[in-house]
Amino acid sequence: MEVRVANVRKEFERFPALQDVSLDIKSGELIALLGPSGSGKTTLLRLIAGLERPTKGKIFFGEEDASQKSIQERNVGFVFQHYALFRHMTVADNIGFGLKVRHGPTRPSAQEIRRRASELLDLVQLSGLEKRYPAQLSGGQRQRVALARAMAIEPAVLLLDEPFGALDAQVRRELRRWLRDIHDATGHTTVFVTHDQEEALELADRVVVMSQGRIEQVGTADEIYDTPNSPFVYGFIGESSSLPVKVEDGQVWIADRPIGLSAPQAPQGEATLFFRPHDVELVDECNGCIAGTVVASRRVADTRRVELEIGGERQRVEVELPVDHPAAQKSRIAFRPRRWKLFPAA
Amino acid sequence: MADPEIKSYAPHHESQSAAVTESRPAKAVLMIVSFAFLGIFLLLPLIVVFNEAFAKGLSAYTEALTNPDTRSAIHLTLLVAAISVPLNVVFGISAAWAIAKFEFKGKAFLTTLIDLPFSVSPVISGLVYVLLFGAQGLLGAWLKAHGIVILFAVPGIVLATIFVTFPFVARELIPLMQEQGNGDEEAALSLGANGWQAFWYVTLPNVKWGLLYGVLLCNARAMGEFGAVSVVSGHIRGLTNTMPLHVEILYNEYNAAAAFAVASLLAGLALVTLVLKTLLEMRYGAEIAATRGH
Repeated sequence: MEVRVANVRKEFERFPALQDVSLDIKSGELIALLGPSGSGKTTLLRLIAGLERPTKGKIFFGEEDASQKSIQERNVGFVFQHYALFRHMTVADNIGFGLKVRHGPTRPSAQEIRRRASELLDLVQLSGLEKRYPAQLSGGQRQRVALARAMAIEPAVLLLDEPFGALDAQVRRELRRWLRDIHDATGHTTVFVTHDQEEALELADRVVVMSQGRIEQVGTADEIYDTPNSPFVYGFIGESSSLPVKVEDGQVWIADRPIGLSAPQAPQGEATLFFRPHDVELVDECNGCIAGTVVASRRVADTRRVELEIGGERQRVEVELPVDHPAAQKSRIAFRPRRWKLFPAA
Repeated sequence: MADPEIKSYAPHHESQSAAVTESRPAKAVLMIVSFAFLGIFLLLPLIVVFNEAFAKGLSAYTEALTNPDTRSAIHLTLLVAAISVPLNVVFGISAAWAIAKFEFKGKAFLTTLIDLPFSVSPVISGLVYVLLFGAQGLLGAWLKAHGIVILFAVPGIVLATIFVTFPFVARELIPLMQEQGNGDEEAALSLGANGWQAFWYVTLPNVKWGLLYGVLLCNARAMGEFGAVSVVSGHIRGLTNTMPLHVEILYNEYNAAAAFAVASLLAGLALVTLVLKTLLEMRYGAEIAATRGH
């Protein structure tokens, strides 16, 4: 099922949680809503679910305007952050709940409901746990039961709020791969909320980066990482360093020196230069480059991260060097970013 | 020379945790004070009640209880509880639901109102009804014109009892529901349940132990209420006397054996309530703990 969010605005007691958000989700796609807390990602998910109503704008399921439909009518599978499993019901009863509360001929027999629950338990690899209670399950198992319960109603869209938020790192990684497999096997249109960029970039077909109630960028992991379209996305996704610079005559300047980067398209004036700390080229003699004094050096996994103080205003940036690079011993390092981007100063 | 201070900190047996710093005499004094207090103020009176009730033998006891006025009082008490407890269950669940699950203006005010019967003397609650429904009262003339009798009759007693007992269920449920939040209900709705199904299959099971506990307390108070009921009942023998009122009348007539016989029934009710509560906690302890959040 395609989902289209059209110019949606949501206010909570006059405070705008979402402002003019539009998003097209293709059928069968796995989409991540990524952003820091307070960015409006969970609000957007709850709006799609029908747990909240938009203040303005519309939400379409396929061709149909679903904005005024209740959550029951929208037929969405929602997996809550803390799973919200019914603690007084067994695993099988939890999964069968959505079928049991149906009315009339759409309601399967008790036997059929049991069979479906077992089937779904097989799918989420928890066969044999039908009779357990949620309190008797581990966090990862609860997560799987919550997903099976949401899938039992054959939802048009599957929505997951921080699906791995409450789990430890090891289990998260396992479940991530498992969710991808389930998605590929069942083909549900799936939207999940996360604040973990690694999770979003690894798992999703497309990532929606959000900040302060707006969508900053929508794209594949490659697009988001390699061509961030705003200072926020550059700063939020991956490691980044930034420096205040000036653009004059198509050249980038720091203070009174050009740094060997030409930007013929960029507008004249103040700007901010963004680059990845690991994507720099060290140069021996500074003939149009960025040079700085080493103020700190840390070993991070396979690289050495060096903090430099640049220019008279003592701006600090980080660059990454190979562990055994001789430059790490020096007190002064000159470099030029390989890939970089300029944004006009705000 | 052994240092006595260090010695006293060493654990003597397993149940004594290292964090307990009070010396043994201090603990003993605390426990003796608590038990002595409970013994003198709770246990001793209870023994006296049963002792007095059977002072003139078993036949006098059964005779006192089969007296028509006594039977009518028992009847009335059961009737009043049977009406007011279910009403307060409905009210308590609605109020707790509204307060725990919604945001609205006047929420703090509603919470305060629910506590009002606890802070107002029951006599005053009774007097309020007299002022409202009495012959000289605000609605008295209108009620009389329409032939509706509230005061000095069963409706007045029921109203007073409802007033006095309405916080019990609500106060048990509000903190429980607030702690549990909306998540489970939202999950039920997202799975296609309508509001009633979400309540019946999800909310109610989540709060059932708290609810049962509230009902027990509410029932005990409804049967035992004296002050408010005394003001509105009119003390008509065989008609508007509840058990506590009947006890007082018998006692004032120097019929101590009969008074204590009826009192023993009320005391028995208290004991049954206590035992039920303890049994519930023993039998379903794990489940009760589970519904208080996992």
